[in-house]
Amino acid sequence: MSKHVIVIGGGVAGLEAAGQLSKAGIEVSLIEKDSLTGGHLNNWYKLFPDRRHSSEVKAYLDGISLNDRIRLLTGTTVEKFHRNKSHFSIITDKGKELSADAVVVATGFDLFKSEKKEEYGYGIYDNVISSSDLEVMFRSGKIVLQNGTVPKTIGIVHCVGSRDEKAGNLYCSKLCCVTAVKQAIELREHLPASKVFCFYMDMRMGGAFYEELYREAQEEWAVNFIRGKVSEASETIDNKLVIKVEDTLAGRPLKMELDLLVLMAGMEMSEGGKKIATLSGLTTGQNRFFSAADPHYGSNRSNINGVFYAGTCTAPMNITETISHARAAVSDVMDYLKESN
Amino acid sequence: MQFDPFVIPFNIGLYFILIYVVVRSIIWFRDLSRPDKLRLQRGFFGIAFVQSLKEIFLESLIHRKILKTNLRLGYMHMSLAFGWFLLILFGTIEADIFGAKHLNAPYKAIFFRFFNPEHGRIGFEAAYGFLMDLILAFVLSGLFLAVSKRLWSGVVGMKKTTRLKTTDKIALTSLWLIFPSRLLAESFTCGAYNSGSFLTGSLGSWLASFLPAQQLAYPFWCLYSLSLGTFFVLLPVTRYMHIPTELFLIFMRNSGIRTGDKTGSFSEVETYSCSSCGICIDACQLNFSAGITNIQSAYLMKAIRNNDDVSEIAHNCLLCGRCDQKCPVGIELSPIRMIQRRLDEPGNDFKNIYKGYFRTRQTTLQEKPITSVNYDFLPGTNPEKADVLFFAGCMTHLTPAIKNSMVKILDASGVNYSFIDEQGGVCCGRPLMLAGQDKEARELINYNSQMIWKSGAHTLVTSCPICYKVFKESYYLDVEVLHHTEFIKKLVDEGTLKLNFLRKRVVYHAPCELGRGSGVYDAPKELLKHVSRLEKNKFEDENSLCCGGSLANMKISSQKRNKIAQDAAAELTKDYPDILATACPLCKKTFSSATDAHVADISEIVAEALIEPGIKKNIIKQNSTIKELVKI
Amino acid sequence: MEKFGFSISKGRQIDYEANDRRVADFIYEREPSFRLCIECGGCSATCTTGNLTKFSLREIHILIKRGENDKVREDIKKCMLCGKCTLVCPRGVNTRNIVMLAKQAFIKSDEYAV
Ligand SMILES: Cc1cc2nc3c(=O)[nH]c(=O)nc-3n(C[C@H](O)[C@H](O)[C@H](O)COP(=O)(O)OP(=O)(O)OC[C@H]3O[C@@H](n4cnc5c(N)ncnc54)[C@H](O)[C@@H]3O)c2cc1C
Ligand code: SF4
Ligand code: SF4
Ligand code: SF4
Ligand code: SF4
Ligand code: SF4
Repeated sequence: MSKHVIVIGGGVAGLEAAGQLSKAGIEVSLIEKDSLTGGHLNNWYKLFPDRRHSSEVKAYLDGISLNDRIRLLTGTTVEKFHRNKSHFSIITDKGKELSADAVVVATGFDLFKSEKKEEYGYGIYDNVISSSDLEVMFRSGKIVLQNGTVPKTIGIVHCVGSRDEKAGNLYCSKLCCVTAVKQAIELREHLPASKVFCFYMDMRMGGAFYEELYREAQEEWAVNFIRGKVSEASETIDNKLVIKVEDTLAGRPLKMELDLLVLMAGMEMSEGGKKIATLSGLTTGQNRFFSAADPHYGSNRSNINGVFYAGTCTAPMNITETISHARAAVSDVMDYLKESN
Repeated sequence: MQFDPFVIPFNIGLYFILIYVVVRSIIWFRDLSRPDKLRLQRGFFGIAFVQSLKEIFLESLIHRKILKTNLRLGYMHMSLAFGWFLLILFGTIEADIFGAKHLNAPYKAIFFRFFNPEHGRIGFEAAYGFLMDLILAFVLSGLFLAVSKRLWSGVVGMKKTTRLKTTDKIALTSLWLIFPSRLLAESFTCGAYNSGSFLTGSLGSWLASFLPAQQLAYPFWCLYSLSLGTFFVLLPVTRYMHIPTELFLIFMRNSGIRTGDKTGSFSEVETYSCSSCGICIDACQLNFSAGITNIQSAYLMKAIRNNDDVSEIAHNCLLCGRCDQKCPVGIELSPIRMIQRRLDEPGNDFKNIYKGYFRTRQTTLQEKPITSVNYDFLPGTNPEKADVLFFAGCMTHLTPAIKNSMVKILDASGVNYSFIDEQGGVCCGRPLMLAGQDKEARELINYNSQMIWKSGAHTLVTSCPICYKVFKESYYLDVEVLHHTEFIKKLVDEGTLKLNFLRKRVVYHAPCELGRGSGVYDAPKELLKHVSRLEKNKFEDENSLCCGGSLANMKISSQKRNKIAQDAAAELTKDYPDILATACPLCKKTFSSATDAHVADISEIVAEALIEPGIKKNIIKQNSTIKELVKI
Repeated sequence: MEKFGFSISKGRQIDYEANDRRVADFIYEREPSFRLCIECGGCSATCTTGNLTKFSLREIHILIKRGENDKVREDIKKCMLCGKCTLVCPRGVNTRNIVMLAKQAFIKSDEYAV
């Protein structure tokens, strides 16, 4: 009799896990709360580090996940989560009962709600947007201010809601620095007349080809980097934004007028993930993400035997890492199913 | 029998404490300022005297306020204080009418049974004996609660019980021994003479049935006298000094004397009036949310009495005023804490027990030297002329939603206003004062005062309760100072502002500095009722919580602040209101990072409800003066 | 000495060994969050004083830590203790207490005539 696995969350991680499981002959039910699969990837324009279009990655994911071993349940969430020895049963919000031998949790992340950093004026001033909003603008091909004009000076604020005790997140979201660099390049590409300034506390360019992208931004796109945490923004009578920052390298406060301010919102444990945690008893860490059974060799295992993690529901990751993590989850699931036979 | 040597310890103790209290009262009186002396004299011969007697009866004996807060704790205090009082009163009467002669020395009343062992067998005597036994039982029941409270704190409903020093322990032991030893002494005597009522009589005859009652009585009479004597002698250096001091406090307060901002007799009398009841500990969020358990007012009072270094305790406090509101003795706790913040650290310590008896002005601390400040850089003041000044306050610049809403409201109101700290102003001075640096704050106060004067305005509106309090209390201004909630309320009442009703359920959090600090409770609530559905919650008005963000606490870590904010927000949003409303930028910021609920200032809610939105958009004007003032 | 073409004036480098870091130690001991500062400049950006005059709380932190006390001693008197810096600090540094403690430390070190 073939085994059945439920995957919760149909983002990059969920799709990859479902695809790999189905390849291995497992029956999969994929629960996704949105009407579309793909998660955050659906919002992104071009991806770092190589700036290929996100739709290429989406096409790959669709390719491995659209098959008849995978039952797609979109627009669906989990209402009840039961475990009886090695048997799991999940009741969806539509009242459907699903049963499985193992569960993969791939509930992903939520973007930090920038309005929580009120001093930056997100949701208050017209032209303060988040990194995600900017991706959507790129996709639509229209980068304009609220009043329809084209921005000339653009500021990018790093670490919004990450590395910030006041936001309740002590950790670094790991990819907003490179996202900032990527978006700075894209802004310059779309609006060659514009000036772009990145305000950072540290440039964290840890991934493959990130530092190269940073050099490219300086060398080819003349992006300006200013080291200092922006403390607040205000709006002038003619709709410009004034930010306050200390240019810590020059050792002097700096005041700058901008047309557009882009906030590099961090990644947080998703609401959907939190709900699964309360329903199932999965443990979360101090950073509120799911806590892995072992930080080194058990990052896919959870505190419940038979429940596995894939992707950014455990920590911020880029797509490369998310896909590797999902595959590793599948390998753990296969081991588990073999053992529990 | 007229006298027995065993009464000597009691006599020594009693006369010592009587003389001591008189001397101490004279010193306190001498150290009062002249106006306060006059107040007290006037009070003594006026209506204040009657009020004081009534208050002494209700508070010092019955402990009405404690009874209200905590029934069992109140009963404990009442049975000990009122019970003991009755025992002395009726004991004296008993000795007077049943003793050998009238007008006896006090020991005759206290040890009545010893000197009249066969008293109380029949008729009226027996009935009186029954009454005395009843009172003793009443006291003992309180004592039982007190002992249980020490051994298993929680029995009397307190979460934390106050900690003790050694002299307190000895005094406490002697206090605990007084009534049981009286019970046993009387019982043995009654057992031997076959007298006594339902308590001493029954216990006595039962004890006499298997013990030599005649021989055992004497040692217990000795113990009774000794424990009374010890208790009286130690009284001035223990917390029990509150018993006589509180009487003095009540007289002073009813005569109109207040704590003020310097050390003096009154604050000292207040300090000694603390009964260590612990109610302030239970009220304190640092205790029940942040796990900081050594700074509460009860400990501050004790540390001051002990001449300990209090600077850490004094500064690690939100000055939220919750304990002031709850203290059954009515001690002005925050002003006392502020006085301590202004004092220097102790140089030499004088924890000498004898000096403890007379803590004179010489042994108290001096005010700390002025820490040099240098505010020469402040730009010249050149404000626009206007009728109404809007001073947003430093914190409001970090909450642009409040700033923008106020601008919208001011624009819609059509008043001629000027936004004086649009570009970021000079601090109002209160944060310095909260750090005990009043003199330094004066420079900022003078600076801002000038600016306000020059503008020629008649009204000063601020969004920040911290600024509000200092403008009201420490600036000498010829303008009407209004918090924005009061100002908006006025505009609405006048009909200048027209507001829609928003179908939203709102819970209101009263900021400490606005509510308990300045007594503004109604304007914000009425305004909210006007525009939304204001819901009740457990922590309203005087009982409001602190958000944890208070600038008054110089010591607390940001994690602990956050914990206080989380707990408070959780309490307030128990019924999932649509909005957690407040009237302070600092509260708003503090809550926003501690809850997922929607937190908003009242000005934002009003701005949303505006029927006619602002006419001119006026957020930051170009070419403002400060740009040129940057001299680097 | 002069004829050899160099003066004995203090070099530009921070003389780590020679510098007096007791003020820093005094603060570390009483306010551990002093260690958490990452020199991001959020505090000095929001600071009214810092925008009007050459005063930077961020710089004060680092100078005290390196024992470069001389500049700090005067500058720190300009702080108004308003607390905006505490509110923006991403590291939860208790900035106002640090200012208070530094002032206190300077008074103490003046008393001992350092
Ligand atoms: C601004 C920004 C730009 C980025 N750009 C890049 C880039 O250029 N290159 C790159 O490599 N990486 C990039 N990333 C990272 C990338 O987005 C993530 O690595 C990837 O999206 C993680 O996929 P995931 O499946 O773990 O999570 P998600 O994408 O968040 O997917 C989770 C899915 O689970 C669903 N879900 C959640 N809870 C439930 C529930 N209870 N029931 C059912 N369904 C649920 C959600 O609806 C969602 O569809 C970027 C990230 C950010 C923030
Ligand atoms: S990756 Fe960069 S922007 Fe993102 S949290 Fe880390 S340091 Fe800040
Ligand atoms: S300060 Fe007031 S509330 Fe606190 S222990 Fe003393 S008497 Fe009780
Ligand atoms: S003022 Fe507030 S924080 Fe301070 S001791 Fe009283 S209750 Fe606690
Ligand atoms: S407290 Fe001092 S350093 Fe901090 S913002 Fe205010 S003036 Fe600047
Ligand atoms: S804001 Fe905090 S971390 Fe940043 S420089 Fe100031 S004190 Fe340091």
